[in-house]
Amino acid sequence: MSLDQLEARLLANLAAQVAELVRDGSAEPVGPQDPLEVLVGLGEGPVQPPDDPVLQRLLPDAYRDDAEGAAEFRRFTEQGLREGKVRNALTVIESLTAGGMTQDEMQVSDGEVDVDLDADQVQAWLRCLNDIRLSLATRLEITEDDDRRSAIPDNDPAAVLHDIYDWLGFAQETLVQSLGD
Amino acid sequence: MPWTMPSVTATPMPTELERPELDEITSLDSPWVTLVWNDPVNLMSYVSYVFRSYFGYSTRKADKLMLQVHHDGRAVVSTGSREEMERDVEAMHGYGLWATLQKADT
Repeated sequence: MSLDQLEARLLANLAAQVAELVRDGSAEPVGPQDPLEVLVGLGEGPVQPPDDPVLQRLLPDAYRDDAEGAAEFRRFTEQGLREGKVRNALTVIESLTAGGMTQDEMQVSDGEVDVDLDADQVQAWLRCLNDIRLSLATRLEITEDDDRRSAIPDNDPAAVLHDIYDWLGFAQETLVQSLGD
Repeated sequence: MPWTMPSVTATPMPTELERPELDEITSLDSPWVTLVWNDPVNLMSYVSYVFRSYFGYSTRKADKLMLQVHHDGRAVVSTGSREEMERDVEAMHGYGLWATLQKADT
């Protein structure tokens, strides 16, 4: 996969943002904590869904009509899911760096970033690209019949985000296709 | 040989049939299902890929389920015990799909 420096930095930036969001917004335990559970590493009581709409979409409820079930599910799975998302984002950033991405803003954006991905890294990229797209779509309030893009002036920041969203969709599609049958 | 009707003694029908409550039987090992829900973000190709990759479904089955999600808003992608379905939902969330579990008969 080839990107130019600007694209690479943009992608790295977006991946870092997802990692920050997922890492920082760690679940707050509700109620007293059982000492044995803390020892074992569960550490948290029943867990509330996140406040942030992006996190709500990245870490949705597992039960539609059972708040208690959903809280228990979060308690056991949310930490692992968060950590996985952070790891995937870090993998993307590492791959870009390994492919020649520079962070030096003074440097003329020259030279392609050539990313070579093994099977595990492809998985990380697929999931991270998906997370980034979910985040952007939530912020942009993208819906199924989204033809609003044409109504947004090109110099509106939302237009830029829309275009980035579309570009990432293309990148993800390319990756999926490369996996074949 | 001509068939002759045996004599039948009519017996009154019981007014109530005794049978176990259906709820009691099915709730013991009521299967659970994993549902994947449509959302505007996930690429159809990606959803299909997830179904092939995680569940091991054929391309045909994966595409069929993906189209169901797309057109009907959701599809049942697996069935099993509650624990198994929780594992599947967790996996779906890891891929970025939106999934929930519920009892099969709800």
